[in-house]
Amino acid sequence: MQIKCYINGRLFNEDIEPDMLLIDFLRNLGFTSVKRGCDTANCGLCTVVVNEKAVLSCSVLAASINEKHITTLEGLEDEAKIIGELIANEGADQCGFCSPGFLMNVITMKKELENPTDEEIKHYLSGNLCRCTGYMGQLRAIKKYLELGKDGE
Amino acid sequence: MKVVNKGINKLDSMSLVTGKPVYTDDIAPKNCLTVKILRSPHAYAKILNIKTETAIKVSGIECILTYKDVPQTRFTNAGQSYPEPSPYDRLILDEYVRYVGDPVAIVAGIDEKSVQKALKMIKVEYEVLKPILDMEEAIDNNTVIHTEDDYTVNFDIGNDVKRNICCSGGFESGNVDEEFEKCDVIVDEVYHTKANNQAMMETFRTYTHFDYNGRLNVISSTQIPFHVRRIVATALDIPKSQVRVIKPRIGGGFGAKQTAVSEVFPAIVTMKTGKPAKIIFDRYETFSAGTSRHEMKMKVKIGADKEGNIKAISMYTLSNTGAYGEHGPTTVGLSGHKTMPLYNKANAFKFNFDVVYTNTMAAGAFRGYGATQGIFALESAINELAAKLDMDPIVLKQKNLLEEGEVLTAYHDEHLQSCTLNNCINRGKELIKWDEKYPYRRISDSKVRSVGMAIAMQGSGIAGIDIASVQIKLNDDGFYTLLIGATDMGTGCDTILAQMAAECLECDMDKIVVNGVDTDQSPYDTGSYASSTTYVTGMAVVKACEKLKEQMLEEASKIMKVEKDTLEFDGKIIYNKDNSITIDRLAQELVVGDGNCLMASGSHSSPYSPPPFMAGFVEIELDIETGNIDIIDYIGVVDCGTPINPKLAKIQVEGGIAQGIGMAMYEDITYNTSGKMKNNSFMQYKIPSRLDVGNIIVEFETSYEPTGPFGAKSIGELVINTPSPTIANAVFNATGVNIRNLPITSEKILMEMMKK
Repeated sequence: MQIKCYINGRLFNEDIEPDMLLIDFLRNLGFTSVKRGCDTANCGLCTVVVNEKAVLSCSVLAASINEKHITTLEGLEDEAKIIGELIANEGADQCGFCSPGFLMNVITMKKELENPTDEEIKHYLSGNLCRCTGYMGQLRAIKKYLELGKDGE
Repeated sequence: MKVVNKGINKLDSMSLVTGKPVYTDDIAPKNCLTVKILRSPHAYAKILNIKTETAIKVSGIECILTYKDVPQTRFTNAGQSYPEPSPYDRLILDEYVRYVGDPVAIVAGIDEKSVQKALKMIKVEYEVLKPILDMEEAIDNNTVIHTEDDYTVNFDIGNDVKRNICCSGGFESGNVDEEFEKCDVIVDEVYHTKANNQAMMETFRTYTHFDYNGRLNVISSTQIPFHVRRIVATALDIPKSQVRVIKPRIGGGFGAKQTAVSEVFPAIVTMKTGKPAKIIFDRYETFSAGTSRHEMKMKVKIGADKEGNIKAISMYTLSNTGAYGEHGPTTVGLSGHKTMPLYNKANAFKFNFDVVYTNTMAAGAFRGYGATQGIFALESAINELAAKLDMDPIVLKQKNLLEEGEVLTAYHDEHLQSCTLNNCINRGKELIKWDEKYPYRRISDSKVRSVGMAIAMQGSGIAGIDIASVQIKLNDDGFYTLLIGATDMGTGCDTILAQMAAECLECDMDKIVVNGVDTDQSPYDTGSYASSTTYVTGMAVVKACEKLKEQMLEEASKIMKVEKDTLEFDGKIIYNKDNSITIDRLAQELVVGDGNCLMASGSHSSPYSPPPFMAGFVEIELDIETGNIDIIDYIGVVDCGTPINPKLAKIQVEGGIAQGIGMAMYEDITYNTSGKMKNNSFMQYKIPSRLDVGNIIVEFETSYEPTGPFGAKSIGELVINTPSPTIANAVFNATGVNIRNLPITSEKILMEMMKK
């Protein structure tokens, strides 16, 4: 079947199988920041944004994104560098495999939550698993990221 | 020190955090055949017949391989140094399948769909055999798991395969029985730790192809490129010279990738078809057809006098290696040798063990590697001894603690040259406010807050076995290339090794280029495991850099026409009181005409494996109506010698504690009565999320290890060891209940409380 969609602002017209998952659709087109970490929608690695909303691309059919706008980390390079550097400054990048999905959700969280507490941050991001860091360094980095832009920074 | 002991960002940080294509599957060519495995549904069976005729006709299928199509050379998947201590008990595909998930057939085709379709069309007829699922029933069972004639071990490991014993052994120093006679108080209990999954975020994956020289190239997410070269060559029965292994960035390992789990499958497909091939394990396979932590039952006996002087410790460990012996003979030793030395003041130590085969998934390497299991057992027993003596466990431990300068009788008589464990305990005690909070405080009708603690040790590399070599080149613009065989798997070893080189050569980090591992180009390194990289490879870096510096002085003296020993090196220039030459200029001069391109090698192996130490403290909130525990604070204070990069070291500790909390509280691989793994996904096998780990606080109590680079010891494995006994201790302090069987679930706590 034929679908038309916008990925990181660019128009794609693609011929796909009806049962193709969005994660495979994106990886096949070269958006390899989108990672698969499980087969049960538990790990958050494949998080992308579809029309402003963070979704697990392993749980969405590519057919359903016809006419929609998808954003992957490749489309948010400037923002990724800002958060990424804060994470690296904490030493919390480690293996990096969970980073793209995690960053997608952090960016969405910043838009959705105003002045979140530590507990609210942890709850919002609880679907993003990480096996390396123990999460503390990520939390320190996110809090610095949320402070950016305040006080005219 | 200018660069070492500084919190420098990882060299590869920005490409990792911004999602650049740096992992195996991101860089695999699109024309790779998709490889998948048909796996056994039975825990133990003989294949009587496999029909592949219909499946091979599926459009797009390139090849289907069964046990009749693979070389009949047994090997081990364990990534270990020659001569490999793990038995040669595997084939790529075998006529016998020994656990649910054992490979039966390999299918390769142009895409996932055709391969999935073909997999369903293979018909296998099995003779189902009676499996052994309980490790306590393994020895002398009527079922024998390895009956093959060509089963071999490379040296005496106490193997008795007809009795399902993979390995056995022991040691005694002093006479424990005589010492126990003199004791006033004895603890004698059995502790049970479970199989856990490493659960690294990137599952097993490999792609293979022939290069322009017709050699097999293996690009794989592995901790052990050089061992993979040997394992693949042995399994395929081809010369090692025909195999090249390249390691891209790795999405975590934790020991899982110290076993060659995925490499042989695409390799044999490429050999058979001549085409590039790729295998990506899904999460189910990664759970149920990889390797786990060894399940262990440890019987611990400790005796002390009334004053709390520990007289003797004896341990017996029964370890479950599953269907294959990967890492079986080597993990078990740590359960005794990397635990009992903590209480070195005892007069006698005894340690015996059996490692047995069962029809469950093979066990393998997982951070901590047997020490983690042993620390749970020994520290739990020590905490129980403190309770029997009516002593604060900290007082008992400090009274019997090993000290710098001692010879560790239970640790191969190694001389302990660095240890600040006592300071770690004191600092942790302060941070958790032990004296205010021990043992517990009632905070409401149903909630109790309590504290618990444990101490731990590990090693730094395998003494006399691990070897690392590095090469460092001076390039024409005065920068250096550091070639290493150690494998950064996210831990940051490329960065910390570059820091050491920059410190030795007195230059900035941007003057050091680090090349990751390619077995054709990198110098030999056993790989990143056994907490060896900082300590062993680090020393190789120091040696290579010192040699290179000497070579640079030598060349400078020729150019400057002065005696070499008048010259000084400051990283930017080489000079004496009259004259100088910049390193840039020297480098330029050496790459023209009759110059001399400089490169130095360093190789290192240590006769020691100096233990790093840690004290772990926890405050929990326990619901006495449900048995539920929440972690409030976890404190880890660590002696890893000199932290080469304190920022990365801190994250190692935080991450290790989080994994340890998972092991302590819920991670538990379980099987149904026919031997099928029940929890083979993140849906059923829960790992800690960011809601589960409480607040983790980490500090270092620096020591100086004279045999390590810049005084460093290891850190990577040690840090997973304290949570299980620490949390068990906190549960005891809250309820008076001892949970000796991991994980420490609310059900177990409540059941034990109800028995009281």
